[in-house]
Amino acid sequence: MSEHSEQGPAHHEEDHHEEEHHIVPPLVYIVIVSILLIMTGLTVGASYIEMGVFNPIIALAIGVFKATLVVLFFMHVKYSTKLTKLTVFAGLFTFLALVGMTLADYISRAWGRW
Amino acid sequence: MSDSPAVAHAATHHEHPPYQRHHFETAAQQFDATNFAMWIFLLTEIMFFGGLFTAYLIFRNWYYPAFVQGSHQLNIWWGTANTGVLITSSFTMAMGVWCSETRRKNGLVLCLILTFILGLGFLGIKTIEYSEKIEKHHVPGFHYSVKSFVDPASDPEIYKEYHDKPLAPDMAQKTQIYFFLYFAMTGMHALHMIIGIAILGFMIFRARAGAYTNGHVTYVENFGLYWHFVDIIWIFLFPLLYLISRHQ
Repeated sequence: MSEHSEQGPAHHEEDHHEEEHHIVPPLVYIVIVSILLIMTGLTVGASYIEMGVFNPIIALAIGVFKATLVVLFFMHVKYSTKLTKLTVFAGLFTFLALVGMTLADYISRAWGRW
Repeated sequence: MSDSPAVAHAATHHEHPPYQRHHFETAAQQFDATNFAMWIFLLTEIMFFGGLFTAYLIFRNWYYPAFVQGSHQLNIWWGTANTGVLITSSFTMAMGVWCSETRRKNGLVLCLILTFILGLGFLGIKTIEYSEKIEKHHVPGFHYSVKSFVDPASDPEIYKEYHDKPLAPDMAQKTQIYFFLYFAMTGMHALHMIIGIAILGFMIFRARAGAYTNGHVTYVENFGLYWHFVDIIWIFLFPLLYLISRHQ
């Protein structure tokens, strides 16, 4: 019973949260832009280290991380409605499915032999 | 049937902010609907740039040596500087959205002007890079020169850093595909920047008149989404074009 009453107000607050426009404070933006600039330095630094196949993997991993921060905080997806979250996810999924299926065709052939 | 539209309108009319269109129940509903529409537009943009990224991936695997040497021609420091400029402009744009939400008119105008200047700075650096390519005849087409690739030592500035081996003439020709994709992707990105800067110029004038600090943040918010999206494209263009082939 106590568990239920504890869940009640929290759930109500979340509903209320979605109703009104959330204002992201400047401190969040400052933290995010700092991380983005540091990650840019890191990805340039990583490109100077010989890592073979891991060079592109690390560069893209850092890129995905930076893009995720931009989408969640600068583009406010973390604070937006479920509809927006679903829309962004659907776009990402469709993009990856299309690229994945296209590459699957190329990968399953012998390179340069068609 | 019985009531004229004007009467029906008057009967159901209720108080709302001046920027709320009549077909929306609340201002919040209007914000959500336009926000959703903006995201749908950005999804079509993802698909559009996605095609270019996929072409780049496939051709890079196909003509790997040509893509490696092509990318050695790019100046990593201009690329890094431009990444910094663009990320900073995304920050000033995000701060602009905050100023709009908290109704700070002067702050909003300042943020928009800073974003505008940083956007122009990005294009300025891109112009320097493009003019280098034009001077070296690295723009695909009739005037394209494979000299830097069949005889890397003839290009001392690049050679002293990478010590590339000469490419066979047929593979050297494939560097045109690298530069075609380079110009297509960065050019399409730059076109988005130019459109964004033009809209920013319009917004600066409107913001000075107090247009976005009266509680109506939709326009600034949705333009911010566009600007950050263009930033994200660059976040992927930068490593793919400039960084990943340094050691190959």
